[in-house]
Amino acid sequence: MGKIMSRQRPLSPHLQIYKPQLTSILSILHRGTGIVLSMGSIILVVWIISLTLGKETYLLYSKVVNHWFSHIVLLGFTFGLFYHLSNGIRHLFWDAGYGYDLKHAYITGGAVVFCSLLLTILTWSIIYLSVI
Amino acid sequence: MKTLKTHGVGHWKLQRISAIAMIPLVIWFTTSLMLTLMDGYEQSIEWLQSPFNATGLILLFGTLYFHAASGLQVVIEDYVHHEGLKIVSLILIKLIATVLGVLSILCVLKIFL
Repeated sequence: MGKIMSRQRPLSPHLQIYKPQLTSILSILHRGTGIVLSMGSIILVVWIISLTLGKETYLLYSKVVNHWFSHIVLLGFTFGLFYHLSNGIRHLFWDAGYGYDLKHAYITGGAVVFCSLLLTILTWSIIYLSVI
Repeated sequence: MKTLKTHGVGHWKLQRISAIAMIPLVIWFTTSLMLTLMDGYEQSIEWLQSPFNATGLILLFGTLYFHAASGLQVVIEDYVHHEGLKIVSLILIKLIATVLGVLSILCVLKIFL
């Protein structure tokens, strides 16, 4: 029964044949950042484990995290986090029934990209300024 | 049939509730990260020994792994069409999320207590 039912159900848009538009790219990016952030959250688990294991382990963690390459990865995660956060809020407004028309979908989409870029730059400026 | 339908609605609602809960938790945590948690080991331990921060961090880890698992579940349901692979990956996602969630909460408690 399950097989017959799933055959009748509509499938998600096939990404290969879907014409890219700002709205669709943002929608895919929401899922993409969600997947990447889920994996990136393991860094938080490593962080808390290293704190639990004591100062020596924490310093090792800190050394790895403060490598320039880690900073680049973390910069990506920061953008992903702020993007998923702002676009998530956009999604919640849609769920509540607001901003569903095309015009507002584009305006809020642009705002989401702007906000996530701004928050990422702001965060890393604070991080680097506080180190100096 | 009926249970299947209500299950879907329940999942949809829980995903939204966890999303709403993540908003203040993420803002609070990133702010704390910049204010104290980057200062070093002693400062971080001290921060974690406050009941407010320990509670917040437990809520963050719990909500985070619930939210991540429910989001990944939807992606798998949408794009994995092979029935067996779908079930295995769904179980795996829930298992990993539960282990990571419990492990991190345990660490917070160990430092706090």
